[in-house]
Amino acid sequence: MLQALRRNLHNRFAAWALRVRPPEAVPVVLSQRRVYVLPTRGGLYYAATLVVLLVGAINYNLSLGYGLVFLLAGLGVVNILHTFRNLAGISLTVGACAPVFAGETARFPLILRNPDARARHLIRLNLPDQAPIVTDVPGGSSARALLPLPATQRGWLAMPRATLETVWPLGLIRAWSYTQPALQCLVYPHPADAVPPAPSFGDLRGGRHPSDTGDEDFAGLRRHQPSDPPHHVAWKTVARQGPHAALQTKQFAGTAAQALWLDWARLPPQMDSETRLSVLTRWVLDAEAAGLAWGLRLPGEEIPQAHGPDHTHACLKALALYGR
Amino acid sequence: MAAKTKASVHPLTPVQAWWLLATGLAAFLPLVARAPLWLAAIAGGAFAWRAALAWWRRPLPTRWLMVFVSLAGAAGVLLEYRTLFGQKAGVALLLILLALKQLEAHAARDGLAIVLLAYFLTLAQFLENQSLAVALTMIGTTVVATAALASLADAQARPVGLLRLAGTMLAQALPFMLILFVLFPRISGPLWGLPADAQSSMTGLSDSMSPGAINNLIQSDAIAFRVKFDGPAPQQRELYWRGPVLSRLDGRTWQPGHKSFGMRLFYQPDSDKQPQRYTVTLEPHNKPWLFALEFPTALPPDAIGTSDFQLLARKPVRERMRYEIASQSEVSFFLESFSRRADNLALPNNLNPRTLKLGARWAAEGGTDRQRLQLALDFMRSQQLIYTLQPPLMREHVADEFLFDYKRGFCEHFSSAFVILMRAAGVPARVVTGYQGGERNPVDDTWVIRQSDAHAWAEVWLEHQGWLRVDPTAASAPTRIEQNLAAAVPEGEPLPFLARAGLDWLRDIRYRWWAANNLWNQWILGYNPQQQREFLEKLGMQAPDWRKMTIMLGVLCGGALLALAGWMLWCRPALDPVQRQWQRATRRLARRGLARQPWEGPQDYAQRIATALPGQADQIAAIACLYARLRYGGAPSTMIAELRRRVAAFKP
Repeated sequence: MLQALRRNLHNRFAAWALRVRPPEAVPVVLSQRRVYVLPTRGGLYYAATLVVLLVGAINYNLSLGYGLVFLLAGLGVVNILHTFRNLAGISLTVGACAPVFAGETARFPLILRNPDARARHLIRLNLPDQAPIVTDVPGGSSARALLPLPATQRGWLAMPRATLETVWPLGLIRAWSYTQPALQCLVYPHPADAVPPAPSFGDLRGGRHPSDTGDEDFAGLRRHQPSDPPHHVAWKTVARQGPHAALQTKQFAGTAAQALWLDWARLPPQMDSETRLSVLTRWVLDAEAAGLAWGLRLPGEEIPQAHGPDHTHACLKALALYGR
Repeated sequence: MAAKTKASVHPLTPVQAWWLLATGLAAFLPLVARAPLWLAAIAGGAFAWRAALAWWRRPLPTRWLMVFVSLAGAAGVLLEYRTLFGQKAGVALLLILLALKQLEAHAARDGLAIVLLAYFLTLAQFLENQSLAVALTMIGTTVVATAALASLADAQARPVGLLRLAGTMLAQALPFMLILFVLFPRISGPLWGLPADAQSSMTGLSDSMSPGAINNLIQSDAIAFRVKFDGPAPQQRELYWRGPVLSRLDGRTWQPGHKSFGMRLFYQPDSDKQPQRYTVTLEPHNKPWLFALEFPTALPPDAIGTSDFQLLARKPVRERMRYEIASQSEVSFFLESFSRRADNLALPNNLNPRTLKLGARWAAEGGTDRQRLQLALDFMRSQQLIYTLQPPLMREHVADEFLFDYKRGFCEHFSSAFVILMRAAGVPARVVTGYQGGERNPVDDTWVIRQSDAHAWAEVWLEHQGWLRVDPTAASAPTRIEQNLAAAVPEGEPLPFLARAGLDWLRDIRYRWWAANNLWNQWILGYNPQQQREFLEKLGMQAPDWRKMTIMLGVLCGGALLALAGWMLWCRPALDPVQRQWQRATRRLARRGLARQPWEGPQDYAQRIATALPGQADQIAAIACLYARLRYGGAPSTMIAELRRRVAAFKP
């Protein structure tokens, strides 16, 4: 009860402290007004010690005691600035998040850029309830941190609010900031362990290995996507149309027309849809591992037969986002 | 949150352990000399054990052993000091804790405890000594402790980097320290009663004199007080700093006699003479005596005068105090200051028969008091008494044994025997203790009077004249009075270190060091509520009270914080040299209204400039090309010089 209340309050503070409506546009600059500082537990002990020392210095009239207390108090104040400066001013961008299967751990890449000449030390990043990642950012350079988060469900997993904090240099003060840039990770369905017999796996001999087919037939052009392999870019078109033209990707039709179809409809009717997706995922992986060409049929969607990592990704993505 | 607690229980690395050891030792070593031997052994053993464990990377001992040893340590403290709560017992307990915590430091949290304990012990060190040297070691301890804190936060950091970081941060903390030191409203005196043993370490004259008392004191180089004369100082032989007056002989021990107290002097200063003005900075000695040259012309504020011409503070002097005073040697005494003639003639009957007999013979011969005084001085001179720091042990009839048998003694023997002799002859006399002489520091022209200058002399009451100072020591060892102790003592006798005649350069360094110490004492250690007020008034603050000080404190600290924050946070990000040259060029163009747009690359920009300023086309094209090749093209960095040259020559 109390814990829930605390969590709720903390979330509301974090939402306020974020200063902008999530998701934020990258690059996110941790400006000074969104970096917060408070003493750590150690810092509170330090402050309490100073109070006792001051009372002692007054009581015994120790001029040098005053000097010691005031020096340490000054150190505490300077420490606040150092800790604050260690975090403020960092700018954050995001990298591409590698897809994972449900049940695995997604790793969100955050790229910390340090615009200053001095290094940033021991920046700790974490997602709620997750183990922190600690990284240094050298001066004028950047560092990448992969923030782990367990992926439990297929589909898009959006990165929750991340906390960046540091207690450098003395561990007495904690400076922290929240960020929530638009970053999501594709979570494929969990590949089923117990696979029902794949109907068409029986006549595997009917399919031909793609490597045997030689060259494939050029089927047309489509708009380039960053995930497309570079050797599929239509460079000739680029040369013709000039440097400012959009890139095009050549598409090839698979030749193994009689090859494998992984079909939603051919799974037993009593099977629920998540299990079906799970089984299909396993089949996709098995087919790719076996070096086959295959196609995927989902209700309302059909991916033509092909093979290779891109095709696998396309199929798994379709499975991940089915019905979402 | 779970992650955070997990992070804080990381076991300490050996490097962190070394830092904590260094911190512990820095706090422990200055105190170990005053700790009991068993405690030093336990603590030293713990430190050594921890060092061995860190060296061979072995795990820490079990907690149970530590609990046992700390209980044993507490029991030892209880046995040693009969309490756990006094000042000394408290320091001893902290020492044990600090040493044992080293063996029990598993995580960063324990490390923090060690650092905080070290701070406490640094403060404890000041209870004994607040000299300039101690202040310097305090700086060292603080640097090491800060580096240890930083190493707790960053286990991978290199020692040199940690020390540099600690040094930088402490240097930045200095302005805050200075502001707080000057402006933090000072409160006078203990907030609660001090433990009974708080002042036991102070040395000084005591209120009685038995054989050997001053002799113990004289081996101490501790400073009793410092004096700064306005104008030229009197002769060394006239520097009699009057302290407790002892007129009652109790067996072998001289005690203070009856006297009356008042807020006034018990004599009349001679108003025709110009008094000698000077300022005394008195070290704490836990007794109420204030020292002054004979005789002060007025009481210092808050002081009390006595009928035997002592100056007393209202309470024991427990902190360094300063008073301005004036003295003149000739005063006329009121008769009331000699109301108890019998007191100054009383002697124990059964002691020193030979001396009493000699005195009685002179008394029977008649003559004036002055003649009898002269007889006594002549007699002492004729005995060829030797002044020595190592007098033979005299048991019962101290004056007899000194005057007739051993003929060797110290100032207390001289004065005591002389007063007994005078009293036996029917002349009122008493012993005066105090300090004689001092050493002038040519660097800042102050006089330093040490415990080794402690002295005892005599006073004789002469009819129609009053009290007359007689120094029987001077009669036999005039060099003691005219020069100093070293000159008076026969060669080969051990002397207090600072009283020895050294090499000249050493003496010079010593004088400079004393001068620095004097400044330190006056301005840092003597900075009390009164001095704070005076200083702030001198700085222009009118009628400073704690409210004004607090406001000023807030303003100045805030200002310092803003200045430091501004310097730290808004300093420009460092550009690499290539970018800096490119920006120089574009800034010049921007001044001509041709600022580079954020989206413009170097080549595009150069083209635009070339059309706008055809005369400069070649130069800007070359600069843009160099910049692009240096920044994006992987050109060798030797080309930076070329870029710099071209940019320097570029005057659009």
